Amino acid sequence: MKRALLLLALVACGGDDGGDPACDIPGSGPGVDPSGAWCEQLSSYRLFTDLASQAPADGVIPYAINTPLFSDYAVKDRFVWLPPGAAMQWSDAGAFAMPAGAVVVKTFGYLADRRDPGQGRRLLETRLLVRAEDGWSGASYVYAEDDPSDAKLAIAGAMLDTRWIHDDGSERTNRYAVPNKNQCKNCHAEADEVIDLLGPKARHINRDAQLEHLIELGALTGAPAPSTWPRAPVALDPATGSLDARARAWLDINCANCHNPRGAARTSGLYLDLAQTTPVDFGVCKPPVAAGRGSGGRAFGIVPGQPDASILVFRIESTEADIKMPELGRNLVDAEGLALIREWITQLPGSCP
Amino acid sequence: MISRFLVAPLLFTACGEADPCEGVTGVCLGLTAGASATEVQTAMIEVPVGGTIAFGAGTFRFESDLSLDVDGVTIRGAGQDATILSFEGQTSGAQGILVTGDAFTIHDLAIEDTAGDSLKILGAKGVTIHDVRVEWTGGPKPTNGAYGLYPVQCEDVIIEDSVVEGASDAGIYVGQSHRIVVRNNRAELNVAGIEIENSTFADVHGNTATNNTGGILVFNLPGLDVANGAGTRVFDNEIFENNTENFAPPGNIVGKVPTGTGIAILAAHQVEVFGNTIRDHLSINIGVISYVPIGSFTDPQYDQYPTAIDIHDNALSGVANVPTGELGAAMITAIGELRPNGPFIVPDIAWDGVVDPARVPGAAGDKLCIRGNGDADFINLGWPLNMGDVPSESMAPHDCAHAPLPAVDL
Repeated sequence: MKRALLLLALVACGGDDGGDPACDIPGSGPGVDPSGAWCEQLSSYRLFTDLASQAPADGVIPYAINTPLFSDYAVKDRFVWLPPGAAMQWSDAGAFAMPAGAVVVKTFGYLADRRDPGQGRRLLETRLLVRAEDGWSGASYVYAEDDPSDAKLAIAGAMLDTRWIHDDGSERTNRYAVPNKNQCKNCHAEADEVIDLLGPKARHINRDAQLEHLIELGALTGAPAPSTWPRAPVALDPATGSLDARARAWLDINCANCHNPRGAARTSGLYLDLAQTTPVDFGVCKPPVAAGRGSGGRAFGIVPGQPDASILVFRIESTEADIKMPELGRNLVDAEGLALIREWITQLPGSCP
Repeated sequence: MISRFLVAPLLFTACGEADPCEGVTGVCLGLTAGASATEVQTAMIEVPVGGTIAFGAGTFRFESDLSLDVDGVTIRGAGQDATILSFEGQTSGAQGILVTGDAFTIHDLAIEDTAGDSLKILGAKGVTIHDVRVEWTGGPKPTNGAYGLYPVQCEDVIIEDSVVEGASDAGIYVGQSHRIVVRNNRAELNVAGIEIENSTFADVHGNTATNNTGGILVFNLPGLDVANGAGTRVFDNEIFENNTENFAPPGNIVGKVPTGTGIAILAAHQVEVFGNTIRDHLSINIGVISYVPIGSFTDPQYDQYPTAIDIHDNALSGVANVPTGELGAAMITAIGELRPNGPFIVPDIAWDGVVDPARVPGAAGDKLCIRGNGDADFINLGWPLNMGDVPSESMAPHDCAHAPLPAVDL
């Protein structure tokens, strides 16, 4: 989407809320104008029949992924909408290719009480990635705390003060950060500064017969025989894979969007994507480069057998702005993910010089 | 408050404040004192290619980092003491400002107290920074951000007439970049004043580096995307009294820079150091080392031996008698072998003496050349000391010259 610039608006010194760019989605069902401006209101896209309950409109397909990115304990709903008659194209390892006009939707919210989802949730934001002929573009819409019936475009992001009852019954709070439009690229431009999808990949969606369902709907074409479909483990579920596979899957989804040879963290020389098979490339006995305080005085990214000597653990368990990893989208510690990485490092064989 | 204008002549302000866009041609988004972080970030998203974002005088406060991904943008302020972007208390973002757009210019403002790096510019072709002040206002502290002005994997970088104080790694740090000019800046109270790392063709001249732990560093490090930098000229700089105790957070490579270092060259190639005034350092005026004393590495591409270093026509003075850290200890040990009864004064120029066993011994093209530096003295530390190599103070093997490196013309 192109952002319409109101260049002619002449303002003396008062506020200017940007106005509402022309937003006229034709028809009565879901849709976007991939070459137009972002709508000011999420409801304008008619992707949901009811936003407060996240009830998707006809043709808006919900899906889940095996190992989600940690987002400060927010719960997420994912949807994809494809223009009538269009389909996603299978890819073995990469994101499914999507036609112009496709929309990928992710809604973030906090359960009132994580022990009892029935108590409802507070909606925070819905992020849209819209496919134009020449690529993806993203923006987020933020819900007012007292009125989740619609959400408003937040080009520059937002900070939302939140609270909930945690798994252990304790009351938790967070100053939740809605990313700004540039920050979409931090994670979604995995390589070469081109925005791409993270979740809609065969290995992530391959669960609960979701792929079969997409094929049945005609929403996914080009899939090979089911026996060849890749499947990422559920990082926190030991029944779904070996410790090594689950730890690598967790690093892949949480870190590798930047930490890959062409990603935003390429300058570090630390690559945490699944393609890496040489231990030093994914941090084993790798010294830090420009980590600043991020090294925590530790000599290597991963010291086999010694999580408390490993920089990865230091950064995963930190909440300080210039130390924590990932840099974006996290204020809180992912206690369960941290435990997994600790367990994995503890049993890694070998030692560092 | 954010205001949007097509061209400067249309500007109109009615509330008595100077218009930040005054005199700017092309599209200019003006931000006056009181503009919110949201308004500033919105301007950085909506600014068109080639446009200008102009801050007025005043202090602008941010709790999260800002980012710019549009090409050809100029960010300007009303002066490095008049326009202050303050990140004091920043809770989100590993830097103050992240720029990924090409042909970027920033000038006449200050960036203060970022939690991490101050101004990071990643992968941009064309970077011009002038009259910018970066400062951690609480003085040198390990909790300060790592880098001040921080272009990495960029091309055609100019940093001039700027000031950086308080970085817990390097004040001005250009890494993994190509064609760089760093001139007429002042770097003070950082761990490293100015650092060129894994970069090719850099001119560092006319700068003042003082009160840092180390004045100017030219480093090549292993394990990086862009390896084996070469072609750095360090000339006509004033480098003095860089004796601030090393306050780098533990574990960082600059933490190994001995407190009181003028120039340090680590595993770099084709470095020409000339015309500098370097004086009054507690550890060493100029040190040249390989990565061997630093540690082990596993990068097969990495060349850990400094080659083709030419140190000539500098004015070196002062008494270095308090060398610190592991490298300082190595110097004390070597001097002790040569002069068991002292004085334990470190010569002006020290080299670890490590040569690549795979290279032709003494090949002219690889040599460390030292000449014309007045009465400056020298020590070859003969590292490692317990392996039969003997320290030496003879400069005769280094009486040579390399062809002058070309100027970087941007």
